[in-house]
Formats: sequence, structure tokens, C-alpha cells
Amino acid sequence: MELNVQQKAEEIVNRWNCAPSNVIEMMHDIQNEFNYLPKELLYEISNKVNVPIAKIYNIATFYNAFSLKPKGRHRVHVCMGTPCHALGAPRVVSAIERELGIKCGDTTPDMKYSLDICGCVGTCGLAPVVIIGDDLFGPIKVDGVPRLLKKYESK
Amino acid sequence: MKQYRLQVMVCAGTGCVSNHSFELKEALDREIKKHNLQNETEVVYTGCNGFCGAGPIVVVQPDGIFYQLLKVTDIPHLVEEHLLKGRPVKKNLYTPPAEKTPIPKMADIPFFSDQTLIALRNRGMIDPEKIDDYIARGGYKALAKVLTSMKPDEVMSEIKASGLRGRGGGGFPTGVKWETCKKAHGDTKYVICNADEGDPGAFMDRSIIEGDPHAVIEGMIIGAYAIENVHQGYIYVRMEYPLAIKRFQIAIQQAREYGLLGKNIFAKGFDFDLDVRRGAGAFVCGESTALMASIEGRPGEPRAKYIHTVEKGLWDCPTCLNNVETWVNVPQIILKGAKWFSSVGTGDVSIDPWGGSKGTKVFSLAGKVNNTGLVEVPMGISLGDIVYKIGGGIREGKKFKAVQTGGPSGGFIPESMLDIPVDYEELTKIGSMMGSGGMVVCDEENCMVDMAKYFLKFTQEESCGKCIPCREGTKRMLDILERITIGEGTEEDLLLLEELSNMIVESSLCALGGSAPNPVLTTLKYFREEYEAHVKNKKCPAKICRQLLTYTIDQKICLEIGHGCGVCKKNCPDAAIIGERKTVHYIDPVKCGKCGACYDVCNFNAIIIE
Repeated sequence: MELNVQQKAEEIVNRWNCAPSNVIEMMHDIQNEFNYLPKELLYEISNKVNVPIAKIYNIATFYNAFSLKPKGRHRVHVCMGTPCHALGAPRVVSAIERELGIKCGDTTPDMKYSLDICGCVGTCGLAPVVIIGDDLFGPIKVDGVPRLLKKYESK
Repeated sequence: MKQYRLQVMVCAGTGCVSNHSFELKEALDREIKKHNLQNETEVVYTGCNGFCGAGPIVVVQPDGIFYQLLKVTDIPHLVEEHLLKGRPVKKNLYTPPAEKTPIPKMADIPFFSDQTLIALRNRGMIDPEKIDDYIARGGYKALAKVLTSMKPDEVMSEIKASGLRGRGGGGFPTGVKWETCKKAHGDTKYVICNADEGDPGAFMDRSIIEGDPHAVIEGMIIGAYAIENVHQGYIYVRMEYPLAIKRFQIAIQQAREYGLLGKNIFAKGFDFDLDVRRGAGAFVCGESTALMASIEGRPGEPRAKYIHTVEKGLWDCPTCLNNVETWVNVPQIILKGAKWFSSVGTGDVSIDPWGGSKGTKVFSLAGKVNNTGLVEVPMGISLGDIVYKIGGGIREGKKFKAVQTGGPSGGFIPESMLDIPVDYEELTKIGSMMGSGGMVVCDEENCMVDMAKYFLKFTQEESCGKCIPCREGTKRMLDILERITIGEGTEEDLLLLEELSNMIVESSLCALGGSAPNPVLTTLKYFREEYEAHVKNKKCPAKICRQLLTYTIDQKICLEIGHGCGVCKKNCPDAAIIGERKTVHYIDPVKCGKCGACYDVCNFNAIIIE
């Protein structure tokens, strides 16, 4: 599917009234749709909203929500809130790393999974918590990791 | 409105949703239809009940029978027994740990019965996506009262007299903040709701928004009216809370349709509207000036506050920013009066607004306690009561070690101080702080050095990088802590840590940097012996810091119970495990990288760590 950069940028910019103060919201929409911020789109938005591209990159690299690199189809996040940490989230991260064969922050070569840690998602009653795409799971034990990932094997 | 004999309230907070509460409702509807009960039973979604560790939760009204940890497969039996035959199903009721008889009624469960609800008064009672539910529970009545019978100054003095203080952590008196903003010069002013709840282990704001979004909106409209010249407000929600964002958007839309937001509210010539802005995963945006920078579309970097945001805030206009929980308290104070509100809590605020802590505080209780969830308690209650009475004590009968309040800006409180009252001043005195209300309980299996390192790593990663003390100072502190946890620390390191901490406290630009060393300072103060064990004996007493442990395999368990299954060998990244299948396995201490993978994967607990 070829991305019509012009049209997409137009659509997103208009959704947010073409206001420079709304660039973060525009970038959210791009990130949600493409799982990362494609360079061409950022340039297009910079032109249309009249915000220098350097400033856009400043925002893109400052906030954790944005990624300049394409991410996998299934984004696996391990919550790193205090209760999750206290109940063994770091061990869950190493278990997922072992299972996927990648390091935290990376994407599998087939672009299927990427693994990251994230800030507290506020479901501390379920700690330790793992989020895959829009689905939230908890409590996840180290030995439950293979079963958890298996659910996404065929998706 | 149609009357039902029974109402089945299905919790639809994030925690319960992830445990399939939507599927539960479908199953309930299906079974109810099967028994032809649909005309006398109604199934409704409610906001978060707060007892997230017991989710998914279903409460059957009017008796308030509380079901926990339900599965879809439990539903047919439950519908038949309870809804049809009127006999609550024992096996799905709540049973306190270490007891045998279940407690059927929600109101009798200690977790709920020891709480005082003001901010959370609607929890589990209304469908957060229906404005009519909120209105039926007395919602927007305070707004009507304010707009039809009170002058802005009267609203202001009511809030001042109530003694309400900022629930976001700092505890600044709300009335004083509003008044300063009102007196500030400017024809355009803003109100902001800070819902960027970045503290790890805190989820009060998430639950309040997901359960009762209209209460926040009502509070903000009242605030805007009292401050005057405010016609636009923003709600800044972190993007990690997608459900909260959605509920706010629905609530704002409904309020607009009902004429409660927009032009000429209540035909009194008062205009006010609200918009939601999504955060972008930066902890520092919980700081007021950084948050405003983010709304303006810039990176969230704080500025020095020699001019306060109530004078020059969003787009250099006077701006009044309050936390979610602060706004939620406002309608109740207007309805029930300042006197009623200030009758709960500690101290006296009639002369000095800083003289006491009034009302209630919502805490999110998590970590190693039996009952994790959201609790609202009167100010002045002791920490011990929260942990033991409401929290139900420590999991698996383990020994209490510390309770952490205030997130990365707060500190660890040891057992000897559990009887101090929860109060802004008292908590600050012992080196912690109220914070936004995260309360994480640690037991004997948590290493205090590791926890301090965890928080420092968090603040270090989230430091925006603008000022040097925070950017470089926390990095160096983290280096030292990492050295200590891998056994390369020296005794001088502890002194250096203290020196660095004090420097960062003194010289950081914003409060987040200035309070970042608190977890380290409090653990050094109250748990110094643990640091010394790491530094002098190169041991981690809690067996957490993996580089200080030695791993061996219990040969008896490995052979007799595990039959030499070989899982550890397969998972060892250093190829340090020797042994054939069905024979005893050994760890080669020279090759062992101490990653702990074998310990994690062994199904028979044959790996011994010392």
C-alpha cells in the first residue's frame, strides 16, 4: 500500500486546526496509525503548520511516546512501575528477551514483535503487568511468558 | 425510569477490563435471557471499584453482594443460584486472608468499611459514560447552586475556609492559589486539570477519571467561575491511560449537549469550555510549567518559577492548575459546606491555610499487601492502619520492611514509624512526602538499595536535561548505586551519595529534581545496614542484587523431583550448566554470569541462591 503523504498530512493537520500548538496531538495520531513517525510525514507537517523541522524532531526525541524507527506489529511493553518492579518485572523482561531473542528496545527481524519497557500504567493491582498492543495482562509470571506470547503467534 | 428487582454492577475499570469484565457482561446478559430474567434484572457497567487486585468485580445491588475473581465459566451457576434462586454463590465471595468464612456484603469487607468516601463517593455506583447517572447521584447540583445563588467571591471564601490543599503532592492551599490567580492581571485566564499521573505505583487519578469523569468537569467549571475571566480549560491526561482519555471525551461531549459546557451556562451569561490534551510519555510533564509547555506544543521542560504560573502560565496568561483529586473535592465542598469538609482531618486552618491537612486523601495501595487497590481515608489516619487494617497485612505472612510514599519524590518509611499520622507536614518531616498518593509496600524480600536504585534510574531517565544538578547529579548517583549493587562499592561511596544528594536538593531547577534524591536519602537514613552489607560484606540480604549472589543446584531435588529435566541448561545464556538429561545438573561458577535465568525457569525450585 503506497502512502499518499500529501493527503495524509492534510487530513491530520486539518483535524487539529492547523495550529502549531497542536503538533504533539498530530504526532500522536501519526504514531497511532503507523506505529512510528515516518520522516516524509513529519516534513510535510512541518511545512503545513509552519513549525521548523528541527523543532518537530526536538519533540519527537523528547517524548517517549514517539519513535522514529519502525516498530513491530505487536508492541510488547513491560510496565516498570514500582509495584511491578517490586514483584519481579525485570525478570519478566529477561524472560521475554529470551523468548523473542531480542534485547529490550529492539524489534524482531521479521517485524513481528518489539519489546520496550514503559512507565506505570496504573493497574498496580495486577502487577507485574505486560501490555501487548491494546491488551493488558497481569499478573504475569516468568513461566507464563511463553504461553502469553503464543497467543500472538498466528496474528 | 424502569425499576428493576436486581442490578448487577460490572466493574469496567482498566484492571477489571483486562481481566475480561466485558466478556462477563455478555455472559451475564446471555444467561439472564436464558432464565427469562431480563425484565427484572439489569446489568450495568460501573467505574473502578478500587479493589483492583480482586478483579474482575461484580456487585449485585440492592444488597451489595460482592463477587470477586470471576470467570466467564462461573456465570451460569451464579445467575441460576443468586439471581434466580436468591442464594449468593459462596465460592466467588470475598474471604479475608487467613480466614474461612466469606464476607458477602461489600460494605462489611474491611477494605471498604474502613474508608471515608468524598472524592470516590460515586465509585462503583454509576456508569461513567452516562451523564444521567451522575446527575441522579446529585451531580451538577453544586454547579447549579454556584451559578444561581453564589457570587464568585463567595465560592472562593468557601473553598478557602474548607482548608482544601493540592492533592497532587505539594499540598498548596487551593483557595490561596485560586485567589492569587484571580488577582493576577489579565483578561484571559485558564484552568488546567493535571491528570499526568506519572508517579509509578499511583493510579488514583486514573480510577477517579474512569469512574467519575463528570465530577472533575464540574469542579473545573466551578473553579473557572470563581476565578473569573476563565473561558477555556484543559485536561492534560497521560497517554498511558487510553480509557481515561476516552471517558473524558465522552463526558465533555455529554456536558456540552446538556448545556453544562459552552456558551451561556445555566443562562447566566457564563461561558466555559474544556478540551483534552494527551501527554506523550514524559514524567516531567506532571510539573506545572512543563505541562503548560507541552500543551503549547513544545518539549516539556520546566522553567524557573520566580514568576508563578498563577501570574504567567499557559501562553503567559494567569493559569490555575490543580490535580484531578483536588478538582473532584470542589463540588462536595460547595454542596455540604466548608465546615463539614474541615471537620475531617488534622490541625486548624482557620488562621493559617498551611496549619493542617483537611478532608480525605486517596491512596493507591500496591506492592506486597494482601488487598491492593484504591483507598480513601481521612487525613490523620496512621500508616499502620492503612497497611494492616485496609490493606489486610503483608502477603504470604512475610515480614513488613517499608512503605514507600510519594513516588520518586518521596521516601521509604520503616516499621518504627508506622504510627505517624498521614498529614502533609508529618510526612515531610520524616523525609518522605504525601505525593500524589502512591503507596507501595515492601516486604523482607525487597532490597532497599535496589529499590532506591530503581527510583533513581527512573528520575535519571525522566530528567528533562535542562538543569545540570538533575541531569548530571542523578546520573552520578546512579553510577554509584550500580557499583554498590554489583559489589564494587566502597564505604566512601555512601558519604559521596549523601553529599551529592544534598547538592541536588539545593540546586535543582524544579521540584522533580529537588526531590529526586529522597528515596536514596531515606533508605540511607533508615536502612543503612543494608547498604553496609552490600559494601562491606558484598552480600545482598534480600537476595535481589544478582551479581552478589551465588547460584547452586540442589542435587537431591534436581534428580529426585526434577529428574534432571535440563530446562536450566537450555536457558543458560553462558552455557555454564553441565549435566545430561535425567542426571544431576551442576553450575560452573567460573562461567556463570549470574543472570538468574536458571532460577526463573526451574519448575522444581532446585536452584539455591545465597
